[in-house]
Amino acid sequence: MISVRDLTKKYARNAAVDHISFEVGKGQIVGFLGPNGAGKTTTMRVLTCFLPPTSGGASVAGFDVLEQPLEVKRRIGYLPETPPLYLEMRTSEYLAFVGRIKGLRGAELDKRINFVLDRCAVADVKSKVLGKLSKGYRQRVGLAQAIIHNPDVLILDEPTAGLDPKQINETRDLIKSLAGDHTIILSTHILPEVEQTCQQVIIINKGKLVATDSVNNLQNRARGAGSVLIEIASGNGTLDAGGAKSRLELVAGVTRVLLKDSGEYGLRFEVEGHNDRAIRGDLVRAIVESGWDLLELRSAAVSLEEVFLQLTGASGEDTKPSEAPNIEPAAAGAQA
Amino acid sequence: MRNIWIICRKELRSYFVSPIAYLLLAMFAIIFAFFFWNVLGYFVYLGMESQMRGEMFPMNLNEQVIRPLVSNVSVIGLFFIPMITMRLFAEEKRSGTIELLITSPIRDTEIVLGKWLASLILYATFLLITAVNFIWLFKYGNPDWKPLAVAYLGLLLQAGALLAIGIFISTLTRNQIVAGVATFGVCLLLWVLEWVAGYETAAWAQILAYLSVVTHFESFAKGLLSSKDAVYYATVIILGLFLTVRSVESLRWRS
Repeated sequence: MISVRDLTKKYARNAAVDHISFEVGKGQIVGFLGPNGAGKTTTMRVLTCFLPPTSGGASVAGFDVLEQPLEVKRRIGYLPETPPLYLEMRTSEYLAFVGRIKGLRGAELDKRINFVLDRCAVADVKSKVLGKLSKGYRQRVGLAQAIIHNPDVLILDEPTAGLDPKQINETRDLIKSLAGDHTIILSTHILPEVEQTCQQVIIINKGKLVATDSVNNLQNRARGAGSVLIEIASGNGTLDAGGAKSRLELVAGVTRVLLKDSGEYGLRFEVEGHNDRAIRGDLVRAIVESGWDLLELRSAAVSLEEVFLQLTGASGEDTKPSEAPNIEPAAAGAQA
Repeated sequence: MRNIWIICRKELRSYFVSPIAYLLLAMFAIIFAFFFWNVLGYFVYLGMESQMRGEMFPMNLNEQVIRPLVSNVSVIGLFFIPMITMRLFAEEKRSGTIELLITSPIRDTEIVLGKWLASLILYATFLLITAVNFIWLFKYGNPDWKPLAVAYLGLLLQAGALLAIGIFISTLTRNQIVAGVATFGVCLLLWVLEWVAGYETAAWAQILAYLSVVTHFESFAKGLLSSKDAVYYATVIILGLFLTVRSVESLRWRS
């Protein structure tokens, strides 16, 4: 449905988007993930024919954004970061105007207005002036204008930015419910949003594609393949790093033991096994039998958040190095 | 064609839903009425003078009332036009709604023409309201209506040209005030350019005088339909709208 090939967009000398390629299949919800300034909005603006690419290309529903912009625009519904509302208009009037410039007329226009008023839960404010609506309502009116002409593709730029938690949930549910009929690209820098709403994820950073994968795969990769983190203190016995390491390696099922750091109270190890649940019992027994104290034992699993931070290299300082999993960034262009 | 009308209607609505249109309309009507009262007062004074002296001056409503009146209106138009055009694109750029227009399946030309048409219709409304004053002329006098119609056509053409320039300037900034002030400056300059012809006869002075919008209005004020001057206004309109379309296109490259 959407295909981006080697897309580059430069402002002056800076490349906002640098040789990005990806494909989005029909009916999918794709999360477009990246820190602020990563090039999400730029990519979306190219897809909506708002900006021409510097090189490379993109097509929507088989139409090229440069060759047939009008055809592309007919098939796209776009919600920019701030909903493009005429604040002096009333909701239904605004939707009628957008419907008309999208090519709807007469009875069909009325039908679609009523449909989106209902669908986006803005029917109760249909005769209110847009400038007087709350942020949540404005966002939903923004969504309503994006789907009014029943486009094949929906492009939503940070649809939940600036909303309160309740509104965020409502908006996410609404977006999810739209997925059946439309292919959706939504950009965000909020990870749980992707986990909750999207099937596929495209991560970009500083204009470059970092990873594209399904949300499940990414979460699995993030889970740290059955590792356990333990912290042990000397207790009654004597504790030295080398001895402890070799003792832990003797435990059945353990494949690798890494000394992470020696903390104030004891030593921290990351213990890898094929199945972290199975090795836990033996690990604890071995530690206690050696006369050491077990201070902490927990799964080394990390959230998508940490994978993201690692992939984008946004803030290595914020995540403790001991907790960061060893995940190789996907090769650019990898397909899910 | 349909899209032009959709955009035009939307612009007219937003003029008339806010106080802008009514305020401008009221100001225009008041200033026009003041001018009318003035020229009429002078006309009456001349009439009394001629009676007192016992010698009859030739008196003509068209020449002595309508002509100076429409010339004055063409000048106050310069002040009103920036206030009509300044918001047309600057506001869309500031509020981000320009993104909606540009990503909709309509052509840039249709957006520009729609907006220009709306501004022209608004200005035509101003002119229409002022026609009320002429009821008195026709009731108590016997002016020729044809030169009056030509003069109004001239006013509309001149406004069309200045509106096209104003819309172009409005695409260059996201600040309405900047757009308004710049448009006013350009309008004013186009008005005073003809002054150089007063003391200089060289080719450059003639060119400058030719560029002045006011020079081309004189024939219309006299009630003469001059194709040469109509062509001047048409050229400015087309040039202004062409530049506007190019500027809207370039928003994408620049933004």
